[in-house]
Amino acid sequence: MNNNLRKKLFLQMLRIRSIEETIAKKYSEWKMRCPVHLSIGQETAAVAICQNLTSKDKIFTAHRSHAHYLAKGGNLKSMIAELYGKKTGCAKGKGGSMHLIDFEAGILGAVPIVGSTIPIGTGVAWGEKLKKSKNLVVIFFGDGATEEGVFQESLDFASLHNLAILFVCENNDYSVYSHLESRQHKSRNILKIADAIGIKGLHISKKANVLEVYNKIKLTIKKIKKTNRPFLVLIDNFRHLEHCGPNNDDNLNYRSKKYIQFGLTNCPIKIYKKFLTNNKIISNIEIIKFQKLIDKEINSAFLFAEHSSYPVKKELFNNIYDK
Amino acid sequence: MTSKRVINFSEAINEALKISMLKDKNILLIGLGVNDPKGIFGTTIGLEKFFPSSRIFDMPTAENSMTGLAIGLAITGKRSVLVHQRVEFSLLSMDQIINQAAKWFYMSGGKQNIPIVIRLIIGRGWGQGPQHSQSLETLFSHIPGLKVVSPSDPYSAKGLLISSIEDNNPVIFFEHRWCHSVKGIVPKNYYKIPIGKSRYVTRGKHITIITFSYMVIEAIKISKILKYNNIQAEIVDLQSLRPLDKEKFLSSAKKTKRILVIDNGWMQYGISSEILAVISENLKNKKDYKIDRIGVLETPIPSTIALAKFSYPNQFNIIKKIEKLINKKIKIKEIYKSKFKQDQLDQDFIGPF
Repeated sequence: MNNNLRKKLFLQMLRIRSIEETIAKKYSEWKMRCPVHLSIGQETAAVAICQNLTSKDKIFTAHRSHAHYLAKGGNLKSMIAELYGKKTGCAKGKGGSMHLIDFEAGILGAVPIVGSTIPIGTGVAWGEKLKKSKNLVVIFFGDGATEEGVFQESLDFASLHNLAILFVCENNDYSVYSHLESRQHKSRNILKIADAIGIKGLHISKKANVLEVYNKIKLTIKKIKKTNRPFLVLIDNFRHLEHCGPNNDDNLNYRSKKYIQFGLTNCPIKIYKKFLTNNKIISNIEIIKFQKLIDKEINSAFLFAEHSSYPVKKELFNNIYDK
Repeated sequence: MTSKRVINFSEAINEALKISMLKDKNILLIGLGVNDPKGIFGTTIGLEKFFPSSRIFDMPTAENSMTGLAIGLAITGKRSVLVHQRVEFSLLSMDQIINQAAKWFYMSGGKQNIPIVIRLIIGRGWGQGPQHSQSLETLFSHIPGLKVVSPSDPYSAKGLLISSIEDNNPVIFFEHRWCHSVKGIVPKNYYKIPIGKSRYVTRGKHITIITFSYMVIEAIKISKILKYNNIQAEIVDLQSLRPLDKEKFLSSAKKTKRILVIDNGWMQYGISSEILAVISENLKNKKDYKIDRIGVLETPIPSTIALAKFSYPNQFNIIKKIEKLINKKIKIKEIYKSKFKQDQLDQDFIGPF
């Protein structure tokens, strides 16, 4: 593997982190008038997986979708404009942060109803199979979604009909404020559930750096394409901020200090940066140079959003039905 | 000669599916038992001889995810007809229908439409009980983004199903189990009845009867009794519940000034409530009008015939309402009385249920 790719993984994560931090910072201006579920701390899965995809591969995601959208190549200006409710937004302002789409980049849908894109993504994989296409479908969801009936229903269908799907469960231990302990029996294991349905899986810990994950996903995707069998990957991670909104809410004491400390120590950007600088793959000067480029891009996207117009009243009634 | 061909409602559905699927290879028919020996009350029987199992698709018992899968198929350019043998099974998929299918086009800013048809069959009689006999048209008709149709006879069933399949939006297609054996003239060709248009079943000047689905069939029987009494009823079959064609029933109401709405389901917050609201919003000099409605009693529908016989509007209590509206006594021939059955469509109806 060349160093360019190693750097690219880092820069992708840094870009997503910077965009999310800017949203958090500017949220208090009250110009982004929609709920935001920020991905800070959860960049690894998005970057490691999407770097393995082409623009023809399709992804579906859920309420915490910014990292997936950006890693898959979603248009930044359209995303920020969508958060601002402007007509230049990726969904003309009708969706907001929870309904990001960009068909050109293969980002087919995101919804906040937990688990609901799992069957829809499975249906897309079915359609791709009927069309004899080789495109892969990746469905991102959280630990809560695996408690929904459609999770098992969709895995069952994908297994029965040999669909090329990578199911990605990102486990941050919490569904809003509810910990896994109050939601699942301690012996419950989604990899075993998948295995019982005939789907193989892979578990990635919070400590894994993005490069290790990238390599594992690369092999996994090869396997999916070769066997036309679905696959499940479970990636543990740590959400830095509150479930919804721009703030840190650890003053509410719903997560232990030890738990938070472990999460912050294993911040995916921190551990990967350390790996890259220790191995002299990237220099601090390069990082600063890149950060400047990112900041410029972000600034221009926010200016675009601020300067764009709101949709006019007539637009309220458009797009309820297609002709 | 062929233009006078008579077939029943089930056969009309079957034919609409067959010619639509022959015309467009992107159409899939998905449902539990679509290729089984009884073929969804005959509506899908024999289709497996014409199409591969990838298109006449027997599905897992997973209504919610299967609806999501049909949405996913739509995103890839396929058009699915999903069928549930009773309306109630679709309640497991309300998230996918109401949150996803109905909103997808809107929340994508018009970038992605979702062409799917969901056929829902309403049961009635022979002890169906609380979960196999509900007329839940209102639940779906409430939702912007869905279209809802409820044909009553074979001609409209075929034409509306073809339109529904061609439509680029999610369409909920209601079939009443008691309509399946209704016979009528159906052309063999590919024809469409536009969604969002009602029709006059009979023309008359004394009373307007506004109804839909199986209750149209009951209204036709009643109109014959009325005719014998020299009363001309104008029956409006709504056909589509969303979008709702207000023009025909309003124009009829203004003409007769005597209006009875027969609901196929419960009345509270129901289709009849909507019709009465539209009438109320659009009529001047309201004191010149007499308006009433009748529908299913406000209870779950019990299994036993001893109680279920009270649940539905029947010819006798409908006629009582009409008598009050037109202020005239109506005579019912003995022959009609003896034919009347509470829990069977007719003597020949022995299932499947």
